[in-house]
Amino acid sequence: MMDAGPVEILISAILVIGGFFALVGSWGLARMPSLMTRLHGPTKVTTLGVGSCLIASMIYFPAVQGTYSAHELLITLFLFLTAPITANMIAKAHLHRQGRAIDPNPMDDIAEGLPETGVGRGWATFEGQAADRADPPR
Amino acid sequence: MIEIAVLFAITCVGLAMALNLWRLARGPTTADRILALDTMTINAIALMVLMQIQQGSAVYFEAALLLAMVGFVGTVAYCKFLLRGDIIE
Repeated sequence: MMDAGPVEILISAILVIGGFFALVGSWGLARMPSLMTRLHGPTKVTTLGVGSCLIASMIYFPAVQGTYSAHELLITLFLFLTAPITANMIAKAHLHRQGRAIDPNPMDDIAEGLPETGVGRGWATFEGQAADRADPPR
Repeated sequence: MIEIAVLFAITCVGLAMALNLWRLARGPTTADRILALDTMTINAIALMVLMQIQQGSAVYFEAALLLAMVGFVGTVAYCKFLLRGDIIE
């Protein structure tokens, strides 16, 4: 590897930050008491950690190796686009299962429901559920 | 210097994957397991990127890109299955 003073320090710093953030995100996933709080770690902190690793790779390959590819940019774009959608889907599945008492949270007994809307009708995501309840649970 | 930083980052991501595995085995709800699996996929992408920096080769980029796409589709399919009991209705 050729000598690349400040660039090398920059890449190393970003790598250390990325590894730290990935660890903190998963530590939050393991430590937090209920699913809604656990969602914070992976969706924000781990995404940032992976983003840091990808930025380090984006700097490393042109600056040190002399090669360039757009793959890092694509991976970053895709991860940052899909992380909120994934979190939304998981939270929605969790709320629906808790609403039907299929899947309570036995470790801590925290029932995570939505608050009242205050406009006379319920949340849109639960609409049609009363009709569904007549059927046996799927 | 980069070698040490990469080694540190790989250790951190490996520990993070172990924590994810613990959450995947522990649960307690199915949504927790889906979340743990999704985080494991993201950490695997990070591990691949770090391995490339360590080895100085760009072989694993396609694999990381595929994992990013397939991991997302898999998570959405799991959630859809939990919500509706079906993936494509």
